[in-house]
Amino acid sequence: MLCQECGKRQATLHFTKIVNGEKAELHICESCARERGELIPGTSSGFSIHNLLSGLLDFENPNAGAKAPVLRCETCGMTYTQFSKIGRFGCSQCYKHFADRLDPLLKRVHGNTVHVGKVPKRAGGKVKTKREIERLKKDMLGRIEREDFETAAQLRDRIRDLEKEIGGG
Amino acid sequence: MTKPEFAKDALSPWMKKDGPDSDVVLSSRIRIARNLRAYPFPMLSTPAQSEEVVEQLLGVAESGRLGGLGPIKTYQLSNLTELEKLVLVEKHLISPALASESRNGALILSRNEDISIMINEEDHLRIQCLYPGFQIKEAWEYASKIDDIFEESVDFAFDEKHGYLTSCPTNVGTGIRASVMMHLPALVLTGQINRILSAVTQVGLAVRGIYGEGSEATGNLFQVSNQITLGQSESEIIDNLHAVAHQIIGHEKAARERLMGESRARLEDRVKRSYGILSYAGIMDSKEAAQRLSDVRLGVNLGLLPSLSQQTLNELMVSTQPGFLQQKFGEALSPEQRDMTRAEIIRSRLAT
Repeated sequence: MLCQECGKRQATLHFTKIVNGEKAELHICESCARERGELIPGTSSGFSIHNLLSGLLDFENPNAGAKAPVLRCETCGMTYTQFSKIGRFGCSQCYKHFADRLDPLLKRVHGNTVHVGKVPKRAGGKVKTKREIERLKKDMLGRIEREDFETAAQLRDRIRDLEKEIGGG
Repeated sequence: MTKPEFAKDALSPWMKKDGPDSDVVLSSRIRIARNLRAYPFPMLSTPAQSEEVVEQLLGVAESGRLGGLGPIKTYQLSNLTELEKLVLVEKHLISPALASESRNGALILSRNEDISIMINEEDHLRIQCLYPGFQIKEAWEYASKIDDIFEESVDFAFDEKHGYLTSCPTNVGTGIRASVMMHLPALVLTGQINRILSAVTQVGLAVRGIYGEGSEATGNLFQVSNQITLGQSESEIIDNLHAVAHQIIGHEKAARERLMGESRARLEDRVKRSYGILSYAGIMDSKEAAQRLSDVRLGVNLGLLPSLSQQTLNELMVSTQPGFLQQKFGEALSPEQRDMTRAEIIRSRLAT
């Protein structure tokens, strides 16, 4: 197979990425890979994920560069078009400024859009309480469905207490 | 200038211990990506900003708060030679990206080399924790503790919806990459590997060859890791990887048994042939070395060859890499001299 980049040399690096059934393939030769700055002598870590990712992003946004207003992160100045070319954010605030465009991308990459893992202790109190409230609400609806109104009422009171706690804090 | 500690020995101290299932799993690794809230990601940081990031994070290390890790050393990448960086890459202690592209890159390394903390790689902070054998849960617990220590002193970029914010959207959320490095010669020999690996990619995990190019894994070494970092908790990610790796181990062991039952003579011929060639060859390129060492490892695991320790095999795997050879024998080695030196190292190690 010939290299997809130069079309001359034999492709020796083959990449296949499958996420949620979406398959992306790339076949290139070593010297084209090196030209892209993905390799240093003696290692063959190969082609970086950012290039593949930018493929996904272009796909997301076929009108990029057209008349749509330029979407820009106010903190670091990176535009969404730049981000979709390099596949990396400029700063943590990009997540906020590009929020509207982000969910489809995150869904494609992770199959999800919301974090459910570890929470830093210092930011933690409030977030943990909110999660607890979510969990209790789900539990309460289940109880109501099963007509266990007594427990549901207890849960409702507990939810109120917690909501007061974070409202006041 | 004296050689830094890490360049002296091909084998990291942590690799000298055997872990569970070490006949199939060479090592388990956790990498946690974190960023400081107050600075742009390393790609957009000015030199002054990235220097402040180094100061803050090295500050945590030098304050003694990482005391639980035992003695640590810190390095600025700009003070290391190209070869020293390559050795760090070959020992999997830093990434190629930190070695070649970082601005104000720095490294915190425990004496055991089981903890390596990269600063100003793609993210401000990347904590890596390595364990021998199949101990992915233990590696996560340790790495998470280190994460907690840093968090006490610095403010990480975190938001409620997206979790820990990372430079690349593929790491956002938990910011963790858990991986196990597996030696799967019997699955390759019996032609089952592609079927198994493609099944693995269906459940949100990725597989890649180690020390190989593209889809070809030289030395039958494969790294299995999680792809998804958002929407699953750390323990779900670890449990998922653990369960899948556990199954792969089972398949590999079953395939080894079947080979021993059905074609023992051929298998024995193959591993002894490789042992013979490694014991006497005068010129050995890195690809052949990796393949033959894989055969020998399999032969030792199955009791077909005189017992060699896992450590000797691990050591040979790293010490025959191009960067390590060059730094040990001087930069002037031509490719042919390198192949001769490689053959000599292997010969003498097998003779003892």
